[in-house]
Amino acid sequence: MRIGSRLSTHLALAPALLIALVAYCGAMGWTIWISFTNSRMLPSSVFVGLRQYSSLATNERWLTSVQNIAIFGLLFIAMALVLGFMLAALIDQRVRAESLLRSVFLYPFSMSFIVTGLAWRWLLDPTLGIEKVGHDLGLAWFRFDWLVRPERVIYTLVLAAVWHAAGLVMAIMLAGLRGVDPEIWKAVRVDGIPAWRAYLFIVVPLMRGSFATAVILLAVSVARLYDLSVAMTNGGPGIASEVPAKFVMDHLFERGNVGLATAAATTMLITVAAVLAPLMYWQYRQPARRPL
Amino acid sequence: MSAAIREPRGRRPWKPTPARLGLYAFLLISALFFLMPLYVMVVTSLKGMPEIRQAHLLNLPAAPSFAAWSKAWFAACTGLSCNGIRVGFINSLRIMVPSVIVSILVGAITGYALSFWRPRGAVLLFGVLIAVAFIPYQVFIYPLVRIFSYLGINNSVPGIVVIHTIFGLPTMTLIFRNHFAALPEELFKAARVDGAGFWRIFGAIMLPMALPIIVVAVILQVTGIWNDFIFGLVFAGRENLPMTVQLNNIVNSTQGEREYNVEMAATLLTATVPLVVYFISGRWFVRGIAAGAVKG
Repeated sequence: MRIGSRLSTHLALAPALLIALVAYCGAMGWTIWISFTNSRMLPSSVFVGLRQYSSLATNERWLTSVQNIAIFGLLFIAMALVLGFMLAALIDQRVRAESLLRSVFLYPFSMSFIVTGLAWRWLLDPTLGIEKVGHDLGLAWFRFDWLVRPERVIYTLVLAAVWHAAGLVMAIMLAGLRGVDPEIWKAVRVDGIPAWRAYLFIVVPLMRGSFATAVILLAVSVARLYDLSVAMTNGGPGIASEVPAKFVMDHLFERGNVGLATAAATTMLITVAAVLAPLMYWQYRQPARRPL
Repeated sequence: MSAAIREPRGRRPWKPTPARLGLYAFLLISALFFLMPLYVMVVTSLKGMPEIRQAHLLNLPAAPSFAAWSKAWFAACTGLSCNGIRVGFINSLRIMVPSVIVSILVGAITGYALSFWRPRGAVLLFGVLIAVAFIPYQVFIYPLVRIFSYLGINNSVPGIVVIHTIFGLPTMTLIFRNHFAALPEELFKAARVDGAGFWRIFGAIMLPMALPIIVVAVILQVTGIWNDFIFGLVFAGRENLPMTVQLNNIVNSTQGEREYNVEMAATLLTATVPLVVYFISGRWFVRGIAAGAVKG
């Protein structure tokens, strides 16, 4: 390699290298370090070991956040996968108006979580929202006030998030379905296997790669869940819809407890690594995946 | 996408079997579920407040009016200032345009350098970039705030542009690297033999060939940066709050009676840019998702 080109290569990679060293590794290391100090409003350098983590373990707001994100994550991923796969499988039956349907299912994904959250907050408004539609239709018993019921509010976030992301799953699954060998469908028809069995036992296992991609994308958005909670409920009623990312943000910038916030962020980091590492390994060891 | 479209094309004769009817019924109900929030937002924004309180939210407006839209655009209040959501719109443009250009440029150069020139440590650098794509932002935010205020670019447009470049880098590098890695190596070698250097090969050969992927990158970044909330909130500063943050402030900081029609008009206005991008780009939008989602 000529000297000039080698120099240029390094020059070209300088921004990425700087970002990787300072903004990624440096910032992450700093966050982890702060979590071992007694920092409050401002970072301090007094090492206190795991004290922030032990106070996190007894913090009611944090425990609620963790419980919420577990419920949200499982339900959201499961429902988005099932709905997205069903929509893709049905669209794949050579239906009319296919591209119109695809656009309708996917458009929510183009909008922000803030827009999604505000739209659903209005729809689920306990006095003027869907509940009122029920009452006006003569269903006096109809109740849908989950937005203001602490034990139900997390499910409204699931609803909005599924609405937002099911189309994404559909797009991924549709690409996967279109990659299934047509010979397989011929064989299924010849053998007279019912469609649902063919999907469940033949096609779904073939589409492991698509499922892994969808699960990874959805899981990343679960870990990042923040805007939706802010826009839809702002963590309320009370602390009933708090989530970990919001816990960190609130403690960093409003509650002035940087030590606790960074301990929470580090806990999130470890959890994400523990959940995603096996998924990534599983996806990487697939033999030559089909292009999406 | 083009790899495997099944052979039979064109319209299928209409055979109303029960299974077929069930299929269409399910798709229709799903379509209504997906469209309902948009429909409700639109009709709410066209109603007056008395009508919103009396009729229910699925009713069509008796006398459609754009009063709420004009109020949302010109006079909606965030705190004490009542200059409308257009302030956020302009801020979002001021943030988005440089962020999109800079982040795509850095990503394209990085992807190019990593795919053809393979300097030492390329694998490690690429690994770090990919890993970051999965890590929650909360892990990085606080130190970055400290670094940025030390550098004096916190709460400024340059600061938020740098932030979008930092966090756009993994996806941008990935899609450009994958694109360049799929190009024939001979192309690169021939250019080398002809004496072209690093930047000349990039500018004269690779960039023009990357046009489709640049379109994908623009779609991804325009929607992603427009929809961003958390970075705008933390790094943009009070003078430059993007539209999403301003929208949330308008709705969530209202004192006294809430005007749902104005809120919904403001929400729709905020959604306009990504929706327009989505409906114009069509299949390219899906390509963008796919390009950003496929690893390695």
